[in-house]
Amino acid sequence: MAAPTTERPPTSTTQDLAPVRKGRVGASLLTVLAWIVGIGFFFPILWMVLTAFKQEADAYTKPPKLFFTPTLDQFRAVFDAGIGPYLLNSLFATVVSTILVLVLATPAAFAVSLRPVKKVQDVLFFFISTKMLPVVAAIVPIYVVVNDIGMLDNIWTLIILYTAMNLPIAVWMMRSFFQEVPKELLEAASMDGASTARSLREVVLPVISPGMAATALICVIFAWNEFFFAVNLTAARAATVPVFLVGFITSEGLYFAKLCAAATLAALPVVIAGWIAQNKLVQGLSFGAVK
Amino acid sequence: MAEVEFDQASRIYTAGAKPAVNRLDLEIDDGEFVVLVGPSGSGKSTALRMLAGLEEIDGGQIRIGGRNMVGVPSRDRDIAMVFQNYALYPNKTVGENMAFPLKMRGVPREERVTKVKAAAEILGLSEYLDRKPRALSGGQRQRVAMGRAIVREPQVFLMDEPLSNLDAKMRVSTRTEIAAMQRRLGVTTVYVTHDQVEAMTMGDRVALLKDGELQQFATPAELYDKPANAFVAGFIGSPAMNLFTLPVSEEGVRMGSSELALPRALRSRIADAGLSTVQLGIRPEQWSVGSDATGSGVKAQVDVVEELGSDAFLYAHLDDGEQTPVVVRTGGRSGARRGDQIALTPTSEDLHLFDPSTGERV
Ligand SMILES: Nc1ncnc2c1ncn2[C@@H]1O[C@H](COP(=O)(O)OP(=O)(O)OP(=O)(O)O)[C@@H](O)[C@H]1O
Ligand SMILES: [Mg+2]
Repeated sequence: MAAPTTERPPTSTTQDLAPVRKGRVGASLLTVLAWIVGIGFFFPILWMVLTAFKQEADAYTKPPKLFFTPTLDQFRAVFDAGIGPYLLNSLFATVVSTILVLVLATPAAFAVSLRPVKKVQDVLFFFISTKMLPVVAAIVPIYVVVNDIGMLDNIWTLIILYTAMNLPIAVWMMRSFFQEVPKELLEAASMDGASTARSLREVVLPVISPGMAATALICVIFAWNEFFFAVNLTAARAATVPVFLVGFITSEGLYFAKLCAAATLAALPVVIAGWIAQNKLVQGLSFGAVK
Repeated sequence: MAEVEFDQASRIYTAGAKPAVNRLDLEIDDGEFVVLVGPSGSGKSTALRMLAGLEEIDGGQIRIGGRNMVGVPSRDRDIAMVFQNYALYPNKTVGENMAFPLKMRGVPREERVTKVKAAAEILGLSEYLDRKPRALSGGQRQRVAMGRAIVREPQVFLMDEPLSNLDAKMRVSTRTEIAAMQRRLGVTTVYVTHDQVEAMTMGDRVALLKDGELQQFATPAELYDKPANAFVAGFIGSPAMNLFTLPVSEEGVRMGSSELALPRALRSRIADAGLSTVQLGIRPEQWSVGSDATGSGVKAQVDVVEELGSDAFLYAHLDDGEQTPVVVRTGGRSGARRGDQIALTPTSEDLHLFDPSTGERV
């Protein structure tokens, strides 16, 4: 092989690389496929955001215009139509309920994982069973109760319901993160003189903070997008963005760009929350020297 | 600093099951280094964790400094523990890890810094104080775990196989360092290992456990020279002691076709115990090897020769019809080879005799 190789190096090189290239072709096909699927998912959102920056006239052209003079007119119109208070309601209900969920779920999850109490299985099943009843079936009694105690159209009603709605999921999620924590960490902390609360705060929580971020993000998404309770239990004062959006479709259904602007505004906070949580999420649970 | 007592201490994990630690009695002196050793599942970790307050004491008592520890939580026992996986706090720096027990005890900041610095100095960790544990090597992590235990100046140190995650060479050097440090600090230490070499080299006294039962609690030399039963005899020493169950004869015992004469003292002990068969223990170094031609001694055939330089081990089998394996230590460059016929004679008077039914020393 030595002589021919020196004479015709290109041929030999091509031969050597042939299998590798086949692998590369496969990989690039996959990459293309991934992009197509990705764009398929992303396209409606992109289209929504683009349309939100168009004049109504540009929004209806066929084929759709890709190049146009962007404008903030539609956003202004949406604020003029009064999305502001709805945004504030959604924000308040989401943030407060998520904080409540984390404050309640963390010790609960701790109790059912690292310091298992008796009947843990039953307790866990009870948590998740509360999610098995369709909300539609529960809305009538909930409405009656809320009405009787005079809490209709009150943002705190939504906060309590959102907390209750997300709590089981949060306990389950947090439990799985707690279970990843080596029990020696807690044992070491207790030998070092830390109380249970203290070792939870100083040793365990820093370790599972990515898990808390993931849990918080899920709660934020669910609470922010919740529609059914909001539409049935609130009216003018406590209504949230999804309620506004649906009302907006009814009243301004013909104005496409405006609708897209409203929808973009509704989606934005979740995107921001995801972006904030991302740093923590990619970091993953790290047990450093322990595992 | 304090003495530690296990007084009939038991741990039963599941009701009705065999206790993981059964009526353990140990009296550990102030400042003593005691090693708990035994095969896997013998209850070493459980015993240590009972002392640490990480396992319930289901029966009996454990006392530290004379004070009964039943029902006392770990954090009030004033003991420090080094875990097998070190259990360093991953989100804290080396310095914070070492300062944590002081912080939990309300030691003021300046004092914490001074103490951590001093401990880091001793352990050669000064330049790593700001690093996170994940950025350290295994040996350094081990030191941090040690550091976290010593800064506090506890009454008792507990260590559960602290060297098992290190490579062989590190294990040997760290072994001597830990032993030296313990002597210097003079803190009562209970150390768990399944490695009998660690046990023999580090401990002032060694407690050997099997199936949750204490087999013997004695100095390393006594454990080696006067094993309390056949299990201890087989566990301590490497390669293990040769143990043969043999019929008693006029002059000693019968080994295959030949008769092995025993010294008068041993013969009278057998007679006193009234045994017709006896378990005879001969350490590998208690044989002298002759060539087959010399005639006297027990005949055997060499299977494997392990040359270690300073000495050599012959793994052979006896010509007794049952191919009983036997291990012999000889000087280095023995010249023995696989297949050689040899004749073995016990050199020592201090052979070990055990009752074959109970395993107890005769
Ligand atoms: N949490 C537990 N629940 C039930 N049984 C247990 C538990 N922990 C240990 N055991 C049992 O108790 C016995 C002693 O276990 P222990 O961990 O003390 O052994 P060990 O001597 O430390 O062994 P090793 O050298 O493998 O670490 C074993 O039979 C084990 O199966
Ligand atoms: Mg163990």
